[in-house]
Amino acid sequence: MTLLRHLAVAAVAGVALFFATYQLDPFRNYQLATAAAYLCAVAGLTVLVGQSGQLSLGHGALMAVGAYTVALLQNAYGTTGPWMLAVSLAAGALATTLVGAVIGLAAARLRGPYLAGVTLAVAVTVPAIATTFDEVFNGDQGLPVYVDPPPAALGRFFPNERWQAWLALAAALVTMVLLANLVRSRFGRTLRAVRDDEVAASLAGISVARVQVLAFVVSAACAGLGGGLLAVLAFSVSPSAFSLTLSLFLILAIVVGGLGSLAGAVWGSLLLVLLPQVTESVTDQLTLSPAVAQRLQGNLPLAIFGLTLIVVMIATPGGLQGLIRRGARALARAARGLATSLNRRKVGT
Amino acid sequence: MHALPDATRERRVVRRGLAALAVLALVTSAAACSDDGGSGPARADVPGVTDTEILVGTHQPLTGPAAPGYSKIAKATEAYFNFVNAQGGVHGRQIKYKIMDDGYNPANTQQVVRQLVLQDRVFAILNGLGTPTHTGVLDFLKAQGVPDLFVASGSRNWNQPDKYPHTFGWQTDYTVESKVMATYIKNEHPGKKVCHFGQNDDFGADSLAGVEQILGANALAAKETYVPTNTNVAPQVGALKAAGCEVVVLATVPGFTALTLGTAARLAYRPQWVVSSVGGDYLTLSGRLGPEGTPLLEGLVSANYLPSVSQTDDPWVQLFRKVNDEYNSGVEFDGNVMYGMAVGYTFVQVLQAAGRDLTRESLIEAVERGGFKGPGLTPFRYSPTDHSGYSGVRMVVTSNGVQTPVGSVYVTDDGDGPVTEYTEPPTTPPANGVPAP
Amino acid sequence: MERFVFLTFDGLSKGAVYAAFALALVLIWRGTRIVNFAQGAMAVVTAYAAYSVTAASGSYWAGFAAALLGGLLLGALIERGVMRFVEQAPHLNAVTVGLGLVLLLQGVLGMIYGNEYRPFAAPVGQEALTVGGMPLVSPFDLFVFGTVLAVMVLLALLFTRTATGLRMRAAAFAPEVSRLLGVDVNATLTLGWALAAAVGALAGMLVIPTGLGLHPTAMDLVFVTAFTAAVVGGLDSPAGAVVGGLAVGLVLSYVSGYIGSDVTPLAVLALLLVVLLVRPGGLFAGVRARRV
Repeated sequence: MTLLRHLAVAAVAGVALFFATYQLDPFRNYQLATAAAYLCAVAGLTVLVGQSGQLSLGHGALMAVGAYTVALLQNAYGTTGPWMLAVSLAAGALATTLVGAVIGLAAARLRGPYLAGVTLAVAVTVPAIATTFDEVFNGDQGLPVYVDPPPAALGRFFPNERWQAWLALAAALVTMVLLANLVRSRFGRTLRAVRDDEVAASLAGISVARVQVLAFVVSAACAGLGGGLLAVLAFSVSPSAFSLTLSLFLILAIVVGGLGSLAGAVWGSLLLVLLPQVTESVTDQLTLSPAVAQRLQGNLPLAIFGLTLIVVMIATPGGLQGLIRRGARALARAARGLATSLNRRKVGT
Repeated sequence: MHALPDATRERRVVRRGLAALAVLALVTSAAACSDDGGSGPARADVPGVTDTEILVGTHQPLTGPAAPGYSKIAKATEAYFNFVNAQGGVHGRQIKYKIMDDGYNPANTQQVVRQLVLQDRVFAILNGLGTPTHTGVLDFLKAQGVPDLFVASGSRNWNQPDKYPHTFGWQTDYTVESKVMATYIKNEHPGKKVCHFGQNDDFGADSLAGVEQILGANALAAKETYVPTNTNVAPQVGALKAAGCEVVVLATVPGFTALTLGTAARLAYRPQWVVSSVGGDYLTLSGRLGPEGTPLLEGLVSANYLPSVSQTDDPWVQLFRKVNDEYNSGVEFDGNVMYGMAVGYTFVQVLQAAGRDLTRESLIEAVERGGFKGPGLTPFRYSPTDHSGYSGVRMVVTSNGVQTPVGSVYVTDDGDGPVTEYTEPPTTPPANGVPAP
Repeated sequence: MERFVFLTFDGLSKGAVYAAFALALVLIWRGTRIVNFAQGAMAVVTAYAAYSVTAASGSYWAGFAAALLGGLLLGALIERGVMRFVEQAPHLNAVTVGLGLVLLLQGVLGMIYGNEYRPFAAPVGQEALTVGGMPLVSPFDLFVFGTVLAVMVLLALLFTRTATGLRMRAAAFAPEVSRLLGVDVNATLTLGWALAAAVGALAGMLVIPTGLGLHPTAMDLVFVTAFTAAVVGGLDSPAGAVVGGLAVGLVLSYVSGYIGSDVTPLAVLALLLVVLLVRPGGLFAGVRARRV
C-alpha cells in the first residue's frame, strides 16, 4: 500500500520534472542535475542522522569512494555498451556500501561527538589516500571520467545537460522511493526506537549495533550513488572536490532542510546548488569602485551565506520543512476556524 | 488501516499542497531568472561577440587558502583590457572580462565554467587558473567548442593538440624551467650536493624530471615533498639538512617557499635556494616573510620568463606600471600584476590577428599561426602541433633587496632537447601600449 | 637518534598548541554540550585584532593582551547574541550555526583585511637552540610550553578552588538543581564561552606565527586536528585534551618525518580508531553507567 503510494508520487514527480527539463535552459538543467545528485547523498544522510541519530561528518569521503569507483570503471570499460553507465553507478554504490560497513562496524560503539570525530578524521583522509596511491588515483590532479554522449536516438542536437538531468533525476527518484519505503517500514520504526532510547530498544530485543551499522550502510550506498553521479556530471573527479567542506555542507543541507525529513532533503539539496549563486548575483548587483570590489568579491557572498544559515537556524529550528509544517498547521487551523464560523452562521446561532 | 482523525488528515493534505506549491514556485522562478548577456544585438553564430563587445570569462581563486597573490592576476588583466578599451578596443570592440571565483575547488570550477559557457555565453575562457581545477573542465570546454586560452599553470596538460585542440598554455612549463635552472646549477655550483623539495603533484614531479634530466637520474642527494594541507615542513627541511644539501631546488608555491625559508632559518640551515618562478617572486615572498624575514631572501636564485618588476628601465615594466596606476587603483606592482597584464597583452595580440571577422575558429587559427612578440623574454611555441607557451626562462638573483637578472635567456623543450642560449634582442612595446592590428 | 629527538620536540611544541585549542573545545562542551565549530574562526578574529593593535602600537604584548581580552568579549558576545537561541535546540542546530558563523567571520575578515597572507610576528626568536650540534627547542617553543602550562594550571585552580568554578561545574552538571540553589546558570554559560574563546585566542596567537601567516582560513586545519585530539582524550576531560593534543602532535611529527607528510591524515585516523575501539569515550572517559 505504502509502496504503491510512493511509486505514484514518484511517477507524478517524474513526469513533471521531465517536462521541466524541456523548459529550462542548459545551465539550469545542469543545476537541476547537480541538485539531484546531491539529493541522493543528502537523503541518505538525513535518514542516518535524523532517523537513527548517528552524526556523520564524513559523507563527503563516502561520495568520493563512489566517484572514484565510477571514474575508474568508466575509464576502463566505458565504451562497452549503453548499459555500462548503470553498471558503473551500481558498482560505485556497492563499493561505498562496503566502505560504509567497515566504518560503521568500527564506529558501532561510538556515540555523539566521538562518532563525529571519527567521521571527521575519515573526511580529511581523502586527499591523503589519493596521493599515497597516486598511480591509481593520480593524486591532487584527479582523473577525467569518460561518459558516453546521449543516445543517438534522441537526436543530434539533444543538449547533453538535459540528458544529464534525466540520469540524475531518475537515480534521485529511485533513491527517494526506496528511502521513503524504508522510513515507513518496520526497519524505520526500529531506527527511531534506537535513536530515541537505546536501552529501551535493546530491552525490547532489538540488536542496537546491527541496526546502527545497517543504517550507516544504507546511507553510505546513497552517498556512493550521489558521488558517482557528480563524477559523471562533471566529467572529472579530484580530491579537493570531495573535501571536508563538502561533508560539512551536506550537514548544513540536512539541518536547514529539516532534519530526518526526506522532503527536507529536497530543500537542502536545492539550497546547496542555488544559494551560492543567489548570493553571488546579489553582490553583482552592487556597483562599486574597483578597489572596494576587489575586497568584496568572493567574500561578501560568503558572509551572506553564513548569515543566512544562522538566521534560518535560529528562526526555524525544524529547518525549512519544519517551517512548512508550521505553516500548514496554521493554515489548517485557520481553514477549520473559518468552516466552523460559517457553519455556526448557517445554523443561526 | 485505521482512519486518521480529521485534523491530521487535513493537515497532511494542506502540508502536501504547500510543498507542491513551493516546488512549483522554485522551479518556475529558477527558470524565469536568467542573466542577460552583453549589450547590442548578438550575432547569431558567435557566442559572446557582438558588433561592439567581446565577452571572455575566467575562473580564479579569489577566496580561500590559494587566493593570496593569485587573486590579483585577473584584476590586472582586466585593467589592461580597460586600458585598451579606452583607446578604442580591438577592431572597434570593447573587451569585457567576467571573473568568477572558484576558491581553488574543482567542484566550484565545474559550476562557474558552466555558468560562463552556458548562461553568460562567453566567447572564450582565458587564463583559467590551477591544474586540478582546470583539468576538470577540459572535456566540457572541448565538447562545447570553447577556445580555452592561456591556462594559468605550467603543467604540460595544456599542450595536447590532438586531444584538446582548443586548449593552449601560456607560461613556461615546469620541466623547461627546471632544465634551465639545473643547467645554471651545473655551471655555477659544480660539485655541490643538490637536492629537490617540491609539491606532491605534477608541479613538483615535472620540476624534478627536468632537474634529473640535466644533472643525472641519481645525482640528487635528497628528494622531499610537501602537501599544501600540511603546513609543518620541519621534518622535510630537517631531512634536507641531515643529508647535507648545499643547493636546494624548490618547486614550491609562494606560501611554502616562505615557510621553507623560515623553517630552515630556525634550524640554522642556509643552503643556496633555487626557486621556481611560481614561488620565487621577491615582492610576494617579502610580503609573506615580513620585515624580519626578508633578509632571508638575500642570494635567492629564481627564474622568470617575464621582465622582473624591479627593472625600472625596462619598457614593458614602465608600460604596465602606468596601466596599473591608472586602471588598477595603483595596487602594489608585483609579479602577479605583471603576469596578469602580460596575459592580457598576448590576448589582445591574438584578437588583433584574428581580424574584424571574429569567430572561435579564426581565434584558434590566429593563436596557432603564432609569431607574437613580447612581453616575455622568449618566443612562444604556438603552432598547429604545439600548444605550449613560452619556451624558456632567465635566471634572476636577489641582492640588496632587488631581484636582478643574471646571465642570458635560455630556451629548451620539455623533452630531452638541449638547453640553448636565446640571443635575439629583447622586444619593446608599441608606442601607445596596444598591439597593432 | 638525532632525528628522533628533533621530531619529538617539534611534535611536542605543535602538540602543546593543539592541547590548548582542545582545552577550549572541552570547556565549551562541558558547559553546554555543544561542539563549537566556530572556535577556529573566533581565534582568527582575535589574531587579526592583535595584528591591528600591534601594527598601531608597535608592541607585540599589547596585541597579545588585545587578543585575550578580545577573546573574552567575543566569546561572551557570541554566546549571548547567537548561541543562546540554539542551546535548547537539537545539537545539530548548534553545529549549523557554528558553521554559519565560520563563513560569516571569514567573509567579514576577508572584506576588512583582504585575502593576502600577512606575516605574524612571534615575541621571541624561533631559531632552535642547539645542544651539542643538535637543534632542540627554540625560545618560542619554550614560550608555547610555558603559556599552555600556565593556562592549564590557572583553569584547574579556577575550577577546583574558586566559588565561580564550582558554580560553573554545577551549572554544567545539573542546571535545574543549580538554578534552584541560586546559581545564575545563564551567566555561568556566558562566562564559560568567554573563557574558552580566550583560551582559543591564545592558541591562535601561538600557532599562527609557525604557519603560512595570518589569513581568514588560518585556523581551519588546527580546528580539525584539535577536535580529533579532544576526542582522543575524551571530551569531558581537560587532562584528556592536553594528553590528546600532545599525542596527536607527536604522531603527526613522527609520521611526517619518517614516512611522508601526505600520509599524516591516515595516521591520525588510525590513532583515533585505535584509541576509541578500546575506550569509546576517549582515553580519560569517566566510568559510564552500567548497561542493562
